[in-house]
Amino acid sequence: MQRQVPLVLTFITGIVVVIGLLVPHRPFGTIEERFLVWYAIIFGFTLVLGIDSLIKVHANKIRRREPGFGYSAVLIASIIVTLTLGIYSIIKYGSAFDVRAPFMFLYWNFFLPCSATMFSLLAFFIASAAYRAFRATTIDATLLLIAGALVMIGRVPIGHYIWGRLPGIAEWIMSVLQMTGMRGILIGISLGMIATSLRIILGIERAYIR
Amino acid sequence: MKAFFYYIRPMLFSLLIILTTIFPPTNVKAFDTPNDAGGSITITWKLSRDDSLLLYYEIMRSTELSGKYELIGRALPGKNEFEDKDVETSKQYYYFVRAVAEEEQVNSEVSGPVIATAQWFHHGRWSTLILGIIFCSAVVWFIRRARKDTNLFVRKIPGLEAVDEAIGRSTELGKPILYILGLGTLSDATGGVATLAALSILRKVARKAAEYDTPIIVPCFDPVVMAIAQDTVKQAHMEVGRPDTYKENSVYFLTADQFGYAAGCDGIMLRERPGAIFLQGYFYAESLILAETGRSVGAIQIAGTSATLQLPFFVAACDYTLIGEELFAAAAYLGREPLMLGSIKGEDLSKLVIGILIVVGVILSSLAILRPGLSNWAASFINWFTP
Repeated sequence: MQRQVPLVLTFITGIVVVIGLLVPHRPFGTIEERFLVWYAIIFGFTLVLGIDSLIKVHANKIRRREPGFGYSAVLIASIIVTLTLGIYSIIKYGSAFDVRAPFMFLYWNFFLPCSATMFSLLAFFIASAAYRAFRATTIDATLLLIAGALVMIGRVPIGHYIWGRLPGIAEWIMSVLQMTGMRGILIGISLGMIATSLRIILGIERAYIR
Repeated sequence: MKAFFYYIRPMLFSLLIILTTIFPPTNVKAFDTPNDAGGSITITWKLSRDDSLLLYYEIMRSTELSGKYELIGRALPGKNEFEDKDVETSKQYYYFVRAVAEEEQVNSEVSGPVIATAQWFHHGRWSTLILGIIFCSAVVWFIRRARKDTNLFVRKIPGLEAVDEAIGRSTELGKPILYILGLGTLSDATGGVATLAALSILRKVARKAAEYDTPIIVPCFDPVVMAIAQDTVKQAHMEVGRPDTYKENSVYFLTADQFGYAAGCDGIMLRERPGAIFLQGYFYAESLILAETGRSVGAIQIAGTSATLQLPFFVAACDYTLIGEELFAAAAYLGREPLMLGSIKGEDLSKLVIGILIVVGVILSSLAILRPGLSNWAASFINWFTP
């Protein structure tokens, strides 16, 4: 029973959503939107579970004095401060997202700079990954190096000054060679997604249930 | 002089009015929006000849031909279509379009009556239905065949062949396995299926890790995915008869912020120094941050995603990458279950059908250039596949 009910529910849900794709008439046409609303409700409950799991993991680390438990203490303190300021902002300004709210001060001055810092690290990681990928040790890597160099030079103004045809060559590499590969991969992905969905609907793939 | 005041001046004024009056939009058509659930009427018109002088078009609606018309929306100059989504199904409506300039406005003729109705079939999706039936039939046929013939050939996928090696290496080094599920959520149209595929792989990896008694860490971005991942890992431990080795704290929610998640995972990599890192699911810009950090700690990395823009990053930074469809085939490949392998064969047959259709489309389009008489055929063939 524990296995059968989820399988039947999955089958019915999957079939109904597929029908909704082909039949615009109510109730089928709007059923996906309805399911998404239900999902949002479930998400709300699981978020509580998520925060509970996060606190449990880090509280255990602190209790056992595991290496790096100081970071866990900072994390729990951050959760408490954010939650307190959020509640205080709602009480004082009616919304946590009011521009005068201390919650938004926290967002603009702590959260956003931290996110921007992480994002900016990407530039350095791209440089190190590109250096490794572009080392001409094999024929494939050499081709990648040539194509990459042509696209990079062709896409900046200096490329045009070096040779007038470079921007055209860069464009051709991107719109013909690159696009061909990309579309091939996309067709494979689409078919893979359909096959996986079909396996789930038919109950062949059951990794999500006990 | 009198003649100028009484005859010529009024004529000049009339001429001036004719010259300055803007032209109205013409050929106004109001019709039931096709392929919808009702409650919508589309209005189209031919642009006014003075379109460039206009501020906007006003779309007016009434329930009676000579009744009071109300303004329901505006369209910018150059636009010749408006969808009225605020109508009752099975009720009559009349429309006209008003061209509004700086100092004057002019109405079009009235179009109607028109009634919004709901359709029982989306006529733009015939190709989806037919190709879907062909594809599903191929998958089901191969699944049935797989029940009888269990020796279906599936090509080697290096990334999946390396899964055992990666888990074994982690075990030998006495280090944990880090399994990152990416930013996909189950409600996400593109990332949802990739996340489910990643969860299927997680089950196989967790099973193997449980057999070797190697700890596995699964930080999650989405709490719903976390709940499923916890069950998946727990089930994997139970399947190998080691429910006691499952640690609830090994699968946990990290954060629902993209770069917060990247920072959290990087922190785990640097503190725990995992021997193997699996990056499976749907990823965005954080993919390279994760993969490069993983590389810096010396872990063997197996990535897999359906996010085409992130694939080059994984190829550059990881030891093995499951490219697109390989991610979806992974669970079947690792499990070697005939039913699952059958679905992969069905997928291959569908790919062949799509390949043939693409070649036919290319030939027709090329022939249409050489023989313009064939252009309608080529256009009809290609448009049939466009919903």
